[in-house]
Amino acid sequence: MKIFDAARLRAFLSSDDYLPAKVVVATLLLWEAVVRIGGVQEYVLPAPSVIAVKLVVDRELLLSSLMVTLSITLESLLLAVVCGVALALAIAHSKMLERAIMPFAVTLQVTPIVAIAPLLLVYLAPSHAVLVCAFLVAFFPILSNTALGLASTDHALLDLFDLYRAPAWKKLVYLKLPAALPQFLAGLRIAGGLALIGAVVAELAAGAAGQGTGLAFRIVEAGFRLDIPRMFAALALISLTGLAIHAALALATDALLSRWHESARRRGE
Amino acid sequence: MSAPLVSLIGVGKKFSNGVEPLAKLDLAVREGETLTLLGPSGCGKSTTLRLIAGLTRATRGEIVWRDAPPAPGEIGFVFQEPTLMPWADVAANAALPLRLQNAPRALIASRVREALAQVGLSAFSGAVPRELSGGMKMRVAIARALVTRPKLLLMDEPFAALDEVTRFKLNDDLLALKRDNSTTIVFVTHSVYESVYLSTRVVTLSAQGGAIVDEFDIDPALPRDAAFRLGVDFAHYAHRAAAALQKAIGGAAS
Repeated sequence: MKIFDAARLRAFLSSDDYLPAKVVVATLLLWEAVVRIGGVQEYVLPAPSVIAVKLVVDRELLLSSLMVTLSITLESLLLAVVCGVALALAIAHSKMLERAIMPFAVTLQVTPIVAIAPLLLVYLAPSHAVLVCAFLVAFFPILSNTALGLASTDHALLDLFDLYRAPAWKKLVYLKLPAALPQFLAGLRIAGGLALIGAVVAELAAGAAGQGTGLAFRIVEAGFRLDIPRMFAALALISLTGLAIHAALALATDALLSRWHESARRRGE
Repeated sequence: MSAPLVSLIGVGKKFSNGVEPLAKLDLAVREGETLTLLGPSGCGKSTTLRLIAGLTRATRGEIVWRDAPPAPGEIGFVFQEPTLMPWADVAANAALPLRLQNAPRALIASRVREALAQVGLSAFSGAVPRELSGGMKMRVAIARALVTRPKLLLMDEPFAALDEVTRFKLNDDLLALKRDNSTTIVFVTHSVYESVYLSTRVVTLSAQGGAIVDEFDIDPALPRDAAFRLGVDFAHYAHRAAAALQKAIGGAAS
């Protein structure tokens, strides 16, 4: 058996198997080639190989920053889930409460978090301010999606529960919560990405005040030192964190819905 | 004749938006019968069922039960749509009424087995609704309504959305169920064919306000079969039901 088979390699490259991975690899190779052949300076645009080396050399510093950013993101997401679902349940219970709360929720949602962050830093300790920032952006998609899911419970099924005189908590546990699950998960997927954005934005704002050791602060700090490869290395870790959160939530959605929900169904099955 | 199972006396229903599907209906449901309410859309057929089920309250008149008012589980309801819980499998959907009543596990298991056997779905207890055809979903809904062994089964145009072949099959199955159970059935439809084939009595309601336009018994014994469907009697009853429906819409009978 030949180790290198040109015909098989060509067949592999021209097929659309693993297409996304191939595109990523091709882009990285092109980037590497442009930098090397064009003689681009490292402080202008570092090659992927240089960034990779930086990731290894600075691993202790970058990993500790990654843990800071990641824990803020996950804590804020958890807080957003607890508060978002609780408030959605309260809203589903009372139209009056919905009308009272929605103006605040919508105002917070439409006000850019970058503009709120400096104020939060005035009132809160930097670590708390970062958490609250990430929470504020992650909270609304979970609230609105879960509230929508709870409100769109099949009325005939609600009638059926009434027919058998089911108490309110059974309606909630057996009917409304499972019915709202697809919308809740859609909100969670949006919130997962937004929590990371919120954490990074808040770190940038807090970093200017001389605090924080998250990845966003590393980018600012490396920028001051003109350590461009480290800026890229920190940026790569932020992107990978976002991708990991996205993938984890997509997998969770698929595991929970694949058997019964249309969104997880392949056409023609 | 024994006293009716339930009587609607001068019952009216007016919604808060001013719509009044029922003005004043007098109707007695006899024990053991299959009573069909026939009428055009908006004649108050569904509202009548909801009133009997206690899902909505009458704004006029009263509903009198021969015995004590029904306990939960003594009335079964089959909606226009199957209205199954899409995340639960067939057995869990059929078990719902018993679970809501905190019935013991062993009882739930045996009743669900029995109900699924009655509708011919024993082999599908682990399937989720999206894996079933429209007719099968409706069978699950019927099994769910039967699982508490109700005294009174209310069916709100259950087969309206199904194709004709499936509908014929389910009509026959319903007649077979009726043979095995003495359950009283109130069946709502706008199909002349179904009203004659399935029921022992047909009450036709007018398009506005749900006044009774015509009422007649259908004598041939249940269960019926294709011979009845193709016979002269059927044509005779169908003609009468069609004429009543025509009158209900407001046109003259031809």
